[in-house]
Amino acid sequence: MTTVETAPPRPAAGPIPRSRQKMGRYFAYGFLILSIIPILVGYAWLIIATVSARTQGLLPKNAEGGIGGFTLSNWDFVFESAIWNAMLNSLLIAVFMVIGVGLASTSGGYALSRMKFAGRKTFLTGTLVLHAFKAEMLLIAIFFVLRFLGDIPIIGGFIGFNTVGGVALVMVALELPLGIWLMKGFFDNLSWDMERAALIDGASRFRVWWQIMVPQVRPGIAALSLFTFIVGWNAYLVPFTFTIGTKVANMPVFLNQLISDTAPVNWNLVAAVGLFQMIPLIIFFIFTQELLLNIYAGGSKGT
Amino acid sequence: MRVELDNLTKSWDEVIGADSITLDIADGELVAFLGPSGCGKTTTLLMVAGIYKPTAGTISFDGQVVNEVAPKDRGIGMVFQSYALYPHMTVFGNISYPLRLQKLNKGVIKERVQTVADMMGIGDLLERKIAQLSGGQQQRVALGRALVKEPQLLLFDEPLSNLDARLRLTMRGEIKRLQEDLGITSIYVTHDQVEAMTMADRIAVMSKGVLQAYDVPEALYDRPKTLFVAAFVGNPPMNFFDVEVMRVNGDLRAKSDAIDLVIPHDRGEKAAAVDGKVIMGVRPEDVDVVDDASPAAEGLTLAGEAVVVEPLGREDLVGISINGVDLRVLVDKTRGVRVGDTITLVFNTSRAQFFDPETEASLLWA
Ligand SMILES: Nc1ncnc2c1ncn2[C@@H]1O[C@H](COP(=O)(O)OP(=O)(O)OP(=O)(O)O)[C@@H](O)[C@H]1O
Ligand SMILES: [Mg+2]
Repeated sequence: MTTVETAPPRPAAGPIPRSRQKMGRYFAYGFLILSIIPILVGYAWLIIATVSARTQGLLPKNAEGGIGGFTLSNWDFVFESAIWNAMLNSLLIAVFMVIGVGLASTSGGYALSRMKFAGRKTFLTGTLVLHAFKAEMLLIAIFFVLRFLGDIPIIGGFIGFNTVGGVALVMVALELPLGIWLMKGFFDNLSWDMERAALIDGASRFRVWWQIMVPQVRPGIAALSLFTFIVGWNAYLVPFTFTIGTKVANMPVFLNQLISDTAPVNWNLVAAVGLFQMIPLIIFFIFTQELLLNIYAGGSKGT
Repeated sequence: MRVELDNLTKSWDEVIGADSITLDIADGELVAFLGPSGCGKTTTLLMVAGIYKPTAGTISFDGQVVNEVAPKDRGIGMVFQSYALYPHMTVFGNISYPLRLQKLNKGVIKERVQTVADMMGIGDLLERKIAQLSGGQQQRVALGRALVKEPQLLLFDEPLSNLDARLRLTMRGEIKRLQEDLGITSIYVTHDQVEAMTMADRIAVMSKGVLQAYDVPEALYDRPKTLFVAAFVGNPPMNFFDVEVMRVNGDLRAKSDAIDLVIPHDRGEKAAAVDGKVIMGVRPEDVDVVDDASPAAEGLTLAGEAVVVEPLGREDLVGISINGVDLRVLVDKTRGVRVGDTITLVFNTSRAQFFDPETEASLLWA
C-alpha cells in the first residue's frame, strides 16, 4: 500500500469570535478617522477663519489675545457688486461648458461609437493626442485665434479676446476630448439590439439617439456635467490669460487678485471668499448626486 | 406576406456572414432558421429586417424588392434574444412605442396596447418598470411590442434561449398558437433543433453561411440530403459508421472490421456502386436491444459492450462499443443496462442512411 502525503490539518474555519470582529471594526474606523484628520482640520480652519477677526491655530482670537472676536466683517464682500459679477462670470463659463461639452460629447460619442465613416479611427486617436497637450502650451496660439474671432462682426463681441464667451469657448474645446471619449465609452456598452428594435419600431436615427440611447447614458451625462461644471467653475489659467480687468474676471481670478494686491493679505477674507466660491458646487452636487448614483438596472437580460 | 430571398449575401471584408441564400416563404408560414452558432442566422434575419444592407442578392415581400426600404417601412415586428426592451420606459411605454411613433390617437393606442397585453397575459403589469419584471414577463412584453403594430412579418431571433427549460416549453406552444391564430408569416431563428422541429412548417438548415437544406421537418429527419443535416437534426444525434457496402450471395452487406449488416436493396444499391468506403447513418431509435438474437434477425444482429449509461428518465441513453466502434442507442429503462454489460443489438437497416465520404451528399436522396 502506498501512503499519500497529506497537508497538515488546517484549523477548523469556525466563525470568528464576536469580540475580534468588533476589534477589527474599531481598528478600521480608527485608521480611517486618523487619515482624514488633516483634511478635516483644514476645513475646520477655513470655516472658523471666515467668522473670526484673527486666528491662532484653530482658535479665534480677539484683540486682547483671549478666545473670541467673532465677526461677520469678512463676509462684507457679499454686499459689493464685484464679487457678484465674478460669480456671474464663473457661472456663465461653467454653464456654457456643461451645455457645450454635454451636447458635443453626447452626440459625438454616439457617432464615434455607432457609426461608420471615413476618418473615424484617425479622429479617435487624434482626440487622444490632442488631450495630451496642456492648455499652457497652447496659450499663445489660442490668443491669436481669439483675436481673430474678435474681429468677426457681431458675434465677435461675444466670443473674442477678453470676453466671457471666448473663455468659455476655449474651455469647451479643451474639455471635449475627454468628454467625447467618456461618452463613447458609455455608448459602447449599450446593446445594439435596443437600437435595432427602435429602428424597426419606426424611429429615425436621430430619434433613436435622443429617445432611446441618451436616456441609457444619463449617469454618464450627469458625471460629465458635474465634472465639467467643476472644471469651468474653478477655471483659472484660461480666464486669467485671456481677460483683462475686473469686469470679466471669474471667481478664481477675483480671489487671486485679493492675494496679489500689494497690501498685506487678509487671509480670513480670502478664506471667506473661497468658502463662498464653493457653495454653488455643493448645491450642484446635491442636485446631481442621485442621478450619478442611480445606474440603471435591467431591461436586457443575457447578451 | 410572401417572402423571397434570392442569392442573399452579406460579407464584411474577410468574413462571410451569409452566402447566396435563396429561399421562399409562403404567406402565413412559420419558417425556422436552424444551425450552429455563427452560421449566419442572425445576419440573414437582420437583412430581412433591413438593419443590414445585403452585399448582394435581393429580398422581396409579396414580389416587391425591398432592399432599399427602411426597417420601419417594412411592416415587420421583431423579437430579440436579449428582449431589447427600453429600460427607461414602463411596460405600457414599451408596447405603445411603435404606435406613438405612428402618431395614433391616445385612445386608440391605449386600447390596442391593452388588447395585446391581455393576449400576452401581462395586462395588469402595464405600469411596471422593465426591471421589475421576470425574464418570462419581459419576453412577453417584447412579443407584445412586436405584435402591437400588426406586422405582416414576424422575426424571432432565438427568443426563448434565455428562459428556463420549463418556461421555454410553455412559450414555444404559445408563440406557435399565436402565430397560427393571427396567421402572420414568421421567421424563427434558433439553434435548438427540437424548437425548430416542433414549431416550424419548414426548416432552413444553415452552416457556415450556406443554406444546407430547406424542407419540412419530417423530410429533414427521414431524408437528409447531406451529412451535416443528418448529423444536426435529431436528438440524440444519428450514429455514423465507416463501412463498405458490397454484394454477398445476392444480398447487400455493410461491412467494416467491426460491423457486418444486411442492407435492403432499396437502401443500399447506390452505396454498393461506390468504390470503397461510405458513411452509414443509423438513428438511435432504429437500434433495438434484445435478450437473444432471433433467427429472423439473422444478419441484422451485432453484440457490443455498454460503456456509458445516461438516464434520461423514461429511457436510458446507452453508449455502446462494438469492437471499438462507438454508437448511442435508446434503451427502455426496465432493461436496467449497466456499464460493462454485453448487449445484443438488432439494427433496423431499412431506415439506414448512406453518404458519400467525399462530397458528404446523401447516396439516397441527393
Ligand atoms: N457586424 C459584423 N461584422 C463582422 N462580422 C460579423 C458581423 N456580424 C456577424 N458577423 C460574422 O458573421 C458570421 C455569422 O454571424 P451571425 O450572428 O449571423 O451568426 P448566428 O448564426 O446568428 O450565430 P448565433 O447562434 O451565435 O447567434 C459570424 O462568423 C460572425 O462573426
Ligand atoms: Mg444569432
